[in-house]
Amino acid sequence: MIVRILGEGQLAVDDAMADELNQLDVKLEAAVNAGDEAALRPILAELLARIRAVGTPVPADTLEPSDVILPYADASIADVRGLLSDEGLIPG
Amino acid sequence: MSVVKRVSMIFKAKANRALDKMEDPRETLDYSYQRQLEMLTQVRRGVADVATSRKRVELQMNALQQQQTKLDGQARTALGGGREDLAREALTRKSALQSQLTDLQTQYQSLQADEEKLTAASQRLQAKVEAFRTQKETIKATYTAAEAQTRIGEAVSGISEEMGDVGMAVQRAQDKTAQMQARAGAIDELMASGALDDVTAQPNDDIQRELDQMGGSHDVDRELERLKGELDQGEAPREIEGSAPGAAGTAGNGQAGKAADQPQAGDGS
Repeated sequence: MIVRILGEGQLAVDDAMADELNQLDVKLEAAVNAGDEAALRPILAELLARIRAVGTPVPADTLEPSDVILPYADASIADVRGLLSDEGLIPG
Repeated sequence: MSVVKRVSMIFKAKANRALDKMEDPRETLDYSYQRQLEMLTQVRRGVADVATSRKRVELQMNALQQQQTKLDGQARTALGGGREDLAREALTRKSALQSQLTDLQTQYQSLQADEEKLTAASQRLQAKVEAFRTQKETIKATYTAAEAQTRIGEAVSGISEEMGDVGMAVQRAQDKTAQMQARAGAIDELMASGALDDVTAQPNDDIQRELDQMGGSHDVDRELERLKGELDQGEAPREIEGSAPGAAGTAGNGQAGKAADQPQAGDGS
């Protein structure tokens, strides 16, 4: 699958990573729902570090959409919530 | 639904939305390409803005470091002359500058990281825009409107996602840069007002003035000692013995020089 880390670009990641990704995603969701900034930081850092470690950068001239899009590394709870809202951070 | 899935879905939906309005999919290609070129300009401007900000912070850091070095030298001179009060004052000012400097260093590193990220993003987008342009021409030359639909879908989605990402990165960098510019402006103002102890750059460098006076009287003292030593050895000419006490009397009166508010020539460094 292709994973985009916002601000960093796309990485090709083995599909077998999906389970691990989902587990971290559950923790991420708990932190966001709880508004727990202190909890979010290490989870997001771990999630991105794992993807960077196992992923291979997709060539820049590839025009393929990503399967998964992850928040940027220094995203706060507010930023993540912005990404989750339709009105959010993405310039129209 | 999970955070990651929702982020992915909403991000893509938003990135693609602008393109759904086009009736002829081939129009979508041209429209998207136009947007891509605009985005490229925008991201390059973003890189330039961040670089300008970084250079400004760098200049301020250099200025603060120079002041610190100068204050350090003044403290040394003051202490050498037995003026611990002056040395303490110089060191106090030096340490006040340190927190500003630390803050600037953090800003500098942050701007440097942003600049690198944006530069990389700009290069990625450039490569994708180039690839898109080639595909666009192929699709337009080869397919009818109906046939083009599916071919266009993926290319457009892929680049729209990239543009959404880059657009967001530029926006964030610009917001951050604007904040830092405001802080940098505040430091410039503080420096201009003298509140940041920019004493060494001003004619009214009180520490330096006292040091200069102190230096003057010390030279005379040293000279006196030398002469006394010579006299003791019976080698000194008579006329020097006569002039020395007068010189010492003038220089020793340190308060007299303070009234004259003259710029110190030694401040130019």
